[in-house]
Amino acid sequence: MSTSDVTDNTGTGAPMPPQTPLVGPADAARYDSRFSALASGTTSSVMRDLMAITEKADIISLAGGLPDTETFPREIFDEIAGEIGTDFLAASLQYGPTDGMGDLREQIVSVMADEGARARADDVLITTGGQQAIDLSIRTFVNRGDPVLAEGPTYPGAAPCFTAYGADVTHVPMDDDGMREDLLEEAYHRLAAEGRPPKILYTIPNFQNPAGVTMSRERRERLVEFAHRVGLLIIEDNPYGQIRFEGDPLPTLYELDDGAGWVVYLGTFSKILAPGVRVGWAVAPPQVLRKMNLGKQAADLCSSTLTQRFVTEYLRRYDYREHVARVTGIYRRRRDAMLSALEARFPEGATWTRPRGGLFVWATLPDFIDTTALQAKALERQVAFVPGEGAFLDGRGRNSMRLNFSGVPESVITEGIGRLGDVVTDFIALHDALNPGAR
Amino acid sequence: MSRVAVLKGGPSLEREVSLRSGTNVELALGRLGHEVVAIDADQHLVRALRDVRPEVAFIALHGRGGEDGTVQEILEILKIPYTGSGVLASERAMDKVVSKALFRVADVPSPHGYAFSKEAFSKMGAAEALPEIQQALGLPLCVKPARQGSALGISIVREPGDLGGAILNAMGFDDRVLVERFVPGRELAVSVVMARDPWALPVIEAVPLGHDFYDFEARYTPGETELRPPRDLDEATVQEAAAVSIAAARALGCRGIARVDLILDDEGRLWVLEVNTIPGMTDTSLLPKAAEVAGIGFDRVVADMLDLAALDT
Repeated sequence: MSTSDVTDNTGTGAPMPPQTPLVGPADAARYDSRFSALASGTTSSVMRDLMAITEKADIISLAGGLPDTETFPREIFDEIAGEIGTDFLAASLQYGPTDGMGDLREQIVSVMADEGARARADDVLITTGGQQAIDLSIRTFVNRGDPVLAEGPTYPGAAPCFTAYGADVTHVPMDDDGMREDLLEEAYHRLAAEGRPPKILYTIPNFQNPAGVTMSRERRERLVEFAHRVGLLIIEDNPYGQIRFEGDPLPTLYELDDGAGWVVYLGTFSKILAPGVRVGWAVAPPQVLRKMNLGKQAADLCSSTLTQRFVTEYLRRYDYREHVARVTGIYRRRRDAMLSALEARFPEGATWTRPRGGLFVWATLPDFIDTTALQAKALERQVAFVPGEGAFLDGRGRNSMRLNFSGVPESVITEGIGRLGDVVTDFIALHDALNPGAR
Repeated sequence: MSRVAVLKGGPSLEREVSLRSGTNVELALGRLGHEVVAIDADQHLVRALRDVRPEVAFIALHGRGGEDGTVQEILEILKIPYTGSGVLASERAMDKVVSKALFRVADVPSPHGYAFSKEAFSKMGAAEALPEIQQALGLPLCVKPARQGSALGISIVREPGDLGGAILNAMGFDDRVLVERFVPGRELAVSVVMARDPWALPVIEAVPLGHDFYDFEARYTPGETELRPPRDLDEATVQEAAAVSIAAARALGCRGIARVDLILDDEGRLWVLEVNTIPGMTDTSLLPKAAEVAGIGFDRVVADMLDLAALDT
């Protein structure tokens, strides 16, 4: 905690005191005038600054999106790490191919087959987490000002990519059966009539982040049919498909596309194994994959060979589905706790989704509540969530919130939702007091 | 040279801003040759202060807890001299309602306004008085949480029906809300050095680019606001801005360096909005800009603040 501490220097050479930088606030202009348009367009926000507090101890954070990493078996980790040291050390410390390790790409094909999607290993590009797959796919297709379709709300982590590349996002509303396919067609035709047909649709059909809802089978079929008819490229992001608590798995859009090449599929090991390995992937037609490959070369040459090897060896020795079943059981209980708490503690006028998988519940409050202001109040009560505005690029979502249930034990969820319910109830009472006769 | 503890971070809503201010201060103190220890003002603050035993505490906290007299009281108890205003002045400046009352007593011009607590609405039916407020103050109105910095929770009401929503929004940030006449005009800031003979740093104008007013995002995002010395102010206005700012800081009993936010309206009148007892020290803050314009530099300002560190008792 001291900037004057000379910390242990475990490298070679004598310990050195830290250098005192000569750069002060007056020098800010030096950089401002040099920042790229892209960097200048990336701004801080009230929401992001408020989120910084949620990492403080004592705060019940329903804001994160963290998978459970506590339950990963230690002995399995040790075994695989030892194996890598014995058999694959040099290769695991070396650069690898940009598209990823061949063995792992084969294994990804079989992971996808577990969800009923038939892919070819040659069509797989391994990425540094699913986030890079999103970034690469958007930058491969989107020019500044290009129209793009996405669910409303959309994945808050995709929003900065859309902003960075200048996508003009039109949100398509959802209901309990996921994205309203009819409204998607409407939005498409409206934009096409303006002479700017949307280039891509970005969608999370399964247990959508943040809404928690899942696109019905019928809508999936109609969506792919529509995409084929008008020529709409779909980016299908499927990080949560296997985290299913109930009901039967639904076909991926990629499978429904049946090799026609209108779907780029994005997957990740973050939820089915662990986010720390940073291994995700994209599946795309060869023409598209080549461009994404070039983008990846510029970004990071290749994903970590060490963690790719870890995933490969893990998949070779163990049935990852057992791990998925274990965490899914944990999340299911946590989801149940959250839904019961919401039922018990959230006031009339609030609605929320009932996810059948994934990590998130999306709650919508009366439209006079601004959840960023509510967040300030909630933080006083030591509880945090993600205000909905971060999931929209058009300023909507101000009266909604994303609640995560995967990262917190049941008792804490119950307590957190209770406090949040009190804050919401207070707000509604205050609104009523401010608007006598409104009710 | 002294051992200086820089208090930063803390649990306030302005934590991130505070961390940025704190880092700049630490670097400056280092350049000035002091021994610097950064302390995150969390639940272990008192223990950390006891361990570190600083000769002076440099408070780089913003908002609740850091700017409202709380941390100042702790430092009084521990007998560690600290930068900025004392306990009472901090409390007064943090609360825009109290500040306004004191400005009135001291003849410091400030926009007319009314304050309401949550209880006024929930227990006394104050909502029924909202039309009278609109009548008395006219539109547009500015609605602010009484105690919150960095423009969080502030909104401007232009339509009669929007007042309730704006109050509700502000209540997210404080249980007491100030509704005041919105004075359109140029946004000026004057940093005042409350030494034995108080003096003022050059006036800085915040010119928001494409924002309704100088809101949170405009404040802390490079390129969203241009901070510059107003080129076309006559000398009398500049002098008056300095005098009014010093009077405002004096009315609250401020110590150290404080920043006074003013509006220069279209008729050339100055209005004091608030006094910040712990001015932002980030790269995009007004005080560092004023130091640059004055030609004295950031480090000198930090040195002055340190020199003025004191205890109330």
